[in-house]
Amino acid sequence: MEIIAKGAEANLYLENGVVIKERIRKEYRIPEIDETLRSMRTKREAKLLSLARRAGVPTPVVLDVDTKRKSITMNYIDGEKVKYIVDTLSKEELNRLFSEIGSLAAKLHRSHIIHGDMTTSNMLLSRGRVFFIDFGLGEVNPSLEAKGTDLLVFRKSVRSTHFRREKEILKAFFAGYRSEYPDGEEVIERMKRIERRGRYVSAR
Amino acid sequence: MICLGIEGTAEKLGVGIVTSDGEILANITKHMPLREGIHPREAAQHHAQNIKPLLKKALEKAGVSLDEVDLIAFSRGPGLGPCLRVVAVAARALALKYRLPILGVNHCVAHIEIGRLTTGAEDPLTVYASGGNTQVTAYVEGRYRVFGETLDIALGNCIDQFARELELGAPGGPIVEKLARNGSYVELPYVVKGMDLSYSGLLTAAVKKAKEVSVADVCFSLQETAFAMLVEVAERALAHTEKEEVLIAGGVVVNRRLQEMLRSMCAEHGAAFFAPPRDVLGDNGAMIAWLGILSHNSGMKQSLEDTHVIQRWRTDEVEVLWR
Ligand SMILES: Nc1ncnc2c1ncn2[C@@H]1O[C@H](COP(=O)(O)OP(=O)(O)O)[C@@H](O)[C@H]1O
Ligand SMILES: [Mg+2]
Repeated sequence: MEIIAKGAEANLYLENGVVIKERIRKEYRIPEIDETLRSMRTKREAKLLSLARRAGVPTPVVLDVDTKRKSITMNYIDGEKVKYIVDTLSKEELNRLFSEIGSLAAKLHRSHIIHGDMTTSNMLLSRGRVFFIDFGLGEVNPSLEAKGTDLLVFRKSVRSTHFRREKEILKAFFAGYRSEYPDGEEVIERMKRIERRGRYVSAR
Repeated sequence: MICLGIEGTAEKLGVGIVTSDGEILANITKHMPLREGIHPREAAQHHAQNIKPLLKKALEKAGVSLDEVDLIAFSRGPGLGPCLRVVAVAARALALKYRLPILGVNHCVAHIEIGRLTTGAEDPLTVYASGGNTQVTAYVEGRYRVFGETLDIALGNCIDQFARELELGAPGGPIVEKLARNGSYVELPYVVKGMDLSYSGLLTAAVKKAKEVSVADVCFSLQETAFAMLVEVAERALAHTEKEEVLIAGGVVVNRRLQEMLRSMCAEHGAAFFAPPRDVLGDNGAMIAWLGILSHNSGMKQSLEDTHVIQRWRTDEVEVLWR
């Protein structure tokens, strides 16, 4: 079994052409919390991967869920992490890519799917299509608050990781988001409100 | 070169005297007695009343006179407006009287730099948790970028408010830490969003839970939940940034259990763990003085007119010219 990634919370193996994502135990947290989190996230991730695909967002197909081992078996996406290609793209390419990502985010939100960790580490570009992965922190939630927070997480991650191209990326992303989501503007407004709230409190 | 730094962004007032070689000659902190939450105006009054004796004490401790000081630094933000202004006024008065250059510096960046100075960490991921701030930062291309932070209240604020609601006393941190020793786990909401986290829901739920189960159980569960959230966010940021060191900062990380959890996470990822001595972990004047020296040596200058305070000043807005 070949290990393809050791993420923050999971080990990923490639075996016979399929990916096994196993959420490993964390010694730092008490077993009660650890067990609950790993079970819940494994189940949620499997469910949301399927729901997202039905909403029109490319995701790996879930082949099996092992709730004991806290693992998900899914098909392998032969592609690159969006995080790693951002700096190699031309202005037009970047614009096209993030407007596509924005419209995929909109498709999720239109179906009330919250990704929970929307960053470029969790998007794979494969043969011109963007796949969303890593839904373990996600949920189904129709509220503006949840959707606004989802967008804020994305915006903040762009700010910290892609600071060189932050403006271009966000402009394309939000344009794509709006174009695919009639109520998108409301969500974007909520995102800004949540951010202001946080900053106010953090200044105390 | 000798720098005198004044810290006073919240309820603590500190004066530190540091040399350009990084020697801390004095570092004296005065805590305001807290029964309830921080009232900005009362805290400002506390600072105004204590600044003179504190300056005197620090100078005596360092064995230097103000004539020997070369630079005045002060905490310009982020923090409580009235407190910041008292400190800024004191710093300006000293700079004028002794004709010294003055620099207002960022409180959060000062925590990171004093940690690097005192532990020898070179390029760490910093986990900074205090009463008013909770953030995970790392240096990338000229700035300390914020990879994770609270979306609402700070970790220290969450624990302190919990203790206040239950009338356990103040400051809440050490009291909750002690009570937690005899508790067992009850479920509380665990809220991590990407590399960010949220404590306000946890606070509400913990206060409510205390009406059903023992205080010890809630204290234990509050700590375990709140700390695991922070450690997880740090872990995600560590994997994301691929840094090899973790540095802790802020008054809350004095907590033994939190340190133990962070150590364990570092061990798992093969990262080195750095904990500064206690007197520079919480808010203190030495960190301000040291950042003053770093800033000054990298060519930064401020005239008295540009030393207005900045209540909301993000860590990633500061250009790091000394690295
Ligand atoms: N189905 C897949 N096909 C190909 N690579 C994958 C797949 N799932 C995950 N990966 C790779 O593994 C990495 C970590 O997976 P992820 O689900 O994001 O776990 P983590 O929660 O640890 O971040 C991804 O960034 C990606 O490079
Ligand atoms: Mg991931």
